[in-house]
Amino acid sequence: MIRHLPQIAAALLCGTLFGFGLSLSGMLDPARVQGFLDPFGAWDPSLIFVLGGAVAIAMAGMVLVHYMAHPVLADTFQIPTNRTIDRPLLVGSGLFGIGWGLGGFCPGPALSALSFGSSTVLVFVLAMLVGMIVHDRFLVGRL
Amino acid sequence: MMPYLAPLAGGMLIGLSAILYLILTGRIAGISGILGRLAEGASPLMNGAFVSGLVLGPLVYRLMTGSFPPMTITASIPLVIIAGLLVGIGSRMGSGCTSGHGVLGLARLSPRSMAAVVTFLATGVITVTLLRGSL
Repeated sequence: MIRHLPQIAAALLCGTLFGFGLSLSGMLDPARVQGFLDPFGAWDPSLIFVLGGAVAIAMAGMVLVHYMAHPVLADTFQIPTNRTIDRPLLVGSGLFGIGWGLGGFCPGPALSALSFGSSTVLVFVLAMLVGMIVHDRFLVGRL
Repeated sequence: MMPYLAPLAGGMLIGLSAILYLILTGRIAGISGILGRLAEGASPLMNGAFVSGLVLGPLVYRLMTGSFPPMTITASIPLVIIAGLLVGIGSRMGSGCTSGHGVLGLARLSPRSMAAVVTFLATGVITVTLLRGSL
């Protein structure tokens, strides 16, 4: 616990920064997210700027990561090495997109929006947790 | 350009958070992964700290600006439940969501993440187009 304290503090700091960024970006608003996913209707392109800004900064940081032997607070980088585009990836992403469109929420913004104290957000988060647990317990490897 | 300044700045902070988390802890800041691992009881303190931070973020925003950002939910409760279940199952089956695949995956030029992003954007657009009858 004491040994992991710096990592836990880093997680809290990065989570807060992430939640603040989501708040500033407008992504906590499901109506706005659905507006982005509606290019044939009343399209709101602002999420392109959110994603573009996020990817640009992360890409610049990846250059630094390439020159690092190990993370600042840990021994190894835990970066996925799988490069195969398989059926679970595509089916899962497809289902995710349908849910994202229906509710306008993806996992990060939904968790952040819990701070508003809305019962609808809580219902979404609980359903999402049930979905995750159902998948991890019963559906892994079935596809 | 001005209406896009806040989305751009917010996005840059999200990217900064994700890359800082990787540089400091060596872990990918993928929210579905963090939450899924937390639900399974793995690294509860670290994953719990990140999730607590996510909830704290909007409170810091309110402290600085005086109000919460806008949030309008149009979906009915049954639809919200279906959406939550699909997002939960889909993000775990697809090994990631908008953060892991969308931000870090694209930044790493991962072919899996590119395929995931194209797929969930496509089904998301189809869903909202049908939902709103936009075509």
